[in-house]
Amino acid sequence: MRTKSIAIWSAVAIVGAVAWGVIALVRGESISAAWLIAAAVCSYAIAYRFYARFIQYRVLGADRNRATPAERLDNDRDFQPTDRRVLFGHHFAAIAGAGPLVGPVLAAQMGYLPGTIWIIVGVIFAGAVQDMVVLFFSMRRDGKSLGQMARDEIGPVGGVAALVAVLSIMVILLAVLALVVVNALANSPWGTFSIAMTIPIALFMGFYLRVIRPGRVLETSLIGVVLLLIVIAAGGWVQDSSLADAFTLEPETLVFCLIAYGFVASVLPVWMLLAPRDYLSTFMKIGTIVLLAIGILVTLPVMENEAVTKFASNGEGPVFAGSLFPFVFITIACGALSGFHSLIASGTTPKLIEKETQVRFIGYGAMLMESFVAVMAIIAASIIDPGIYFAVNSPAGVTGGTVETASQFVNGLGFAITPDALQAAATAVEEESIISKTGGAPTFALGVSEIFAGVTNGGKAFWYHFAIMFEALFILTTVDAGTRVGRFMLQDTLGNVYKPFRQVSWKPGVWLCSAIIVGAWGYFLYVGVTDPLGGINQLFPLFGIANQLLAAIALTLCTVLLIKHGKLKWAWVTGIPLAWDAVVTLTASYQKVFSADPKLGFFAQRDRFQDAIAAGEVLPPAKNLDDMNAVVTNSTVDGVLAAFFALLIIVVILDATRICIKAIRSREPLPTSEVPAQESKLEAPDGLLDRKPELVA
Amino acid sequence: MTVRDVFTGVRWYLREVSGESAYDRYVEHRRRDHPDEPVLSRRAFERARQDEREARPQARCC
Repeated sequence: MRTKSIAIWSAVAIVGAVAWGVIALVRGESISAAWLIAAAVCSYAIAYRFYARFIQYRVLGADRNRATPAERLDNDRDFQPTDRRVLFGHHFAAIAGAGPLVGPVLAAQMGYLPGTIWIIVGVIFAGAVQDMVVLFFSMRRDGKSLGQMARDEIGPVGGVAALVAVLSIMVILLAVLALVVVNALANSPWGTFSIAMTIPIALFMGFYLRVIRPGRVLETSLIGVVLLLIVIAAGGWVQDSSLADAFTLEPETLVFCLIAYGFVASVLPVWMLLAPRDYLSTFMKIGTIVLLAIGILVTLPVMENEAVTKFASNGEGPVFAGSLFPFVFITIACGALSGFHSLIASGTTPKLIEKETQVRFIGYGAMLMESFVAVMAIIAASIIDPGIYFAVNSPAGVTGGTVETASQFVNGLGFAITPDALQAAATAVEEESIISKTGGAPTFALGVSEIFAGVTNGGKAFWYHFAIMFEALFILTTVDAGTRVGRFMLQDTLGNVYKPFRQVSWKPGVWLCSAIIVGAWGYFLYVGVTDPLGGINQLFPLFGIANQLLAAIALTLCTVLLIKHGKLKWAWVTGIPLAWDAVVTLTASYQKVFSADPKLGFFAQRDRFQDAIAAGEVLPPAKNLDDMNAVVTNSTVDGVLAAFFALLIIVVILDATRICIKAIRSREPLPTSEVPAQESKLEAPDGLLDRKPELVA
Repeated sequence: MTVRDVFTGVRWYLREVSGESAYDRYVEHRRRDHPDEPVLSRRAFERARQDEREARPQARCC
């Protein structure tokens, strides 16, 4: 290293260390959100420069002179060398979703400190490592999927477990995300109108792109974004007009709307709805994230939340039950480590990458960006008054739904807030009420509107609905795309039994499989919306567990492959995050299944309500016997799922251990499905700032 | 770097990322490697490209 670079990196390290010191040590007075940003950015920079580089060259042995599948199999379709910056954009758009916005908001109930530490440390040592290593191994296998690699490299048991895990996480994920949308839109004519209008807008864009101006994506997207901004503004007008009643929908009604939408959207041709929606939501997503980062830097908001609340240790928080370990890690999920990303990293990206040495930029780098989004989400949730935060995020069963009862409840938690302040917060964003708008989106939107209104000097209501729209828009795109992916997997599986299922054009198969997938997430969505104990409270931990389970499978596969490739001494790189992830996920599942505390353990909860039914009592927050029975059924289903997820992890890890022992004992390296090396003739730089040999534009 | 360079760069990036430049690349590729064969019209090309997505759903993450 040259002197200049030593000086720069020392400065980065010092700034980062000071920022961490301020976040961790200052107590009793509020700190600026800028410290969180500084700590995050400096940590990312150091991790990217040193740790990711070490993994890329020393651990993985990425080779600039070895041809990637994109070069060897280039067919101008699925295999195609793609500029690293363009591929970074695609990869980031595919991995970024609502998860890093929702999880950190919920985790803020324990204060901003635990969440922030895990988002940053977790991504550096676990999340980004997983994404990058999976991408690398899949690239060395012509872009094989996670499931295929698990089958080839671990065995049929690992393969089946991976497939089952992917399908179940998909269902829970779609249900939880749809639940976030329902909770954000319930009884909000403004939000419902704006979101409903995205459907005709997308249809128009689809038609425009197909018939009028084929392929002019940018122009079409621009029209779409302008129309979108118009309908967000128009929502305020609709809210005050006679149309308001038509768009004021109960949660149950919204559930059926979403289920119907999910089914229709997933069987319509891609060009009609999904593709235009995808463009729209991607541009909105990137645009809003960039604006938010600028907004935070311009307004430098102050953290209102406590660094660590008492719920971190006593585990009695109203947003979700359980104490800091393991539930903060389960709740943050995607912002630090997301199993779901392993599906993207073993999907299209490895087939498009130009150079092996780009996995650091694309795999590790994109995940750092995602983590940065999560840091911004925890900031957004922490700059609003904690009293408002708890009134918004506690289930209706405990807040009672009115400003008076909610204020009473929140004061009881130890956070002062008056009914007037709660009403004022709702009025400021022109909503009827913000009490028990659980699911994270409304809280995030409140934080965002605070920041943006600080920049534009007002317009809080517009920005609130802008943020709601932004989140709902790409959740709906995820619902549509996710249903399709689930359907494909189901079609593929059923195709083993009855061949025509595999054909994309066989309509009965398409409809049936779509209906099954929509029915599955629709069930959990309905249950979540009607659950007397609060759907997010009950389902979000399951979603987190399922996601971390998938991460465990991906990290297991990576560790097995490192050992099989004779890199036992580097196996800790994925082995340590795997061990941590397995401990977190198994502890969470164990507590969810076996805890004797009815607030935490699903079966303890079930027994408590079952006993009460037998004694003829109705326990609050249930209002009648039907509610009581609903709690019993839901707790049973959720408990069985938690146990099932834990079992899957154990099976995969045991099966993988068997292979690892075999690999270590064997004199010859075990066979792997890695494609033999071929020399690369392509010239391309590695990182973002490296010069490209030929002119770019 | 001038303003013009930045503008060109941004335009290039957006066209690449959104797939708007796919057709240009296709035409160039056909002219270079198969100069005697006919080239699809933009309409036909984009249609085929859209319909191809039907068979390869791309997951969006959480």
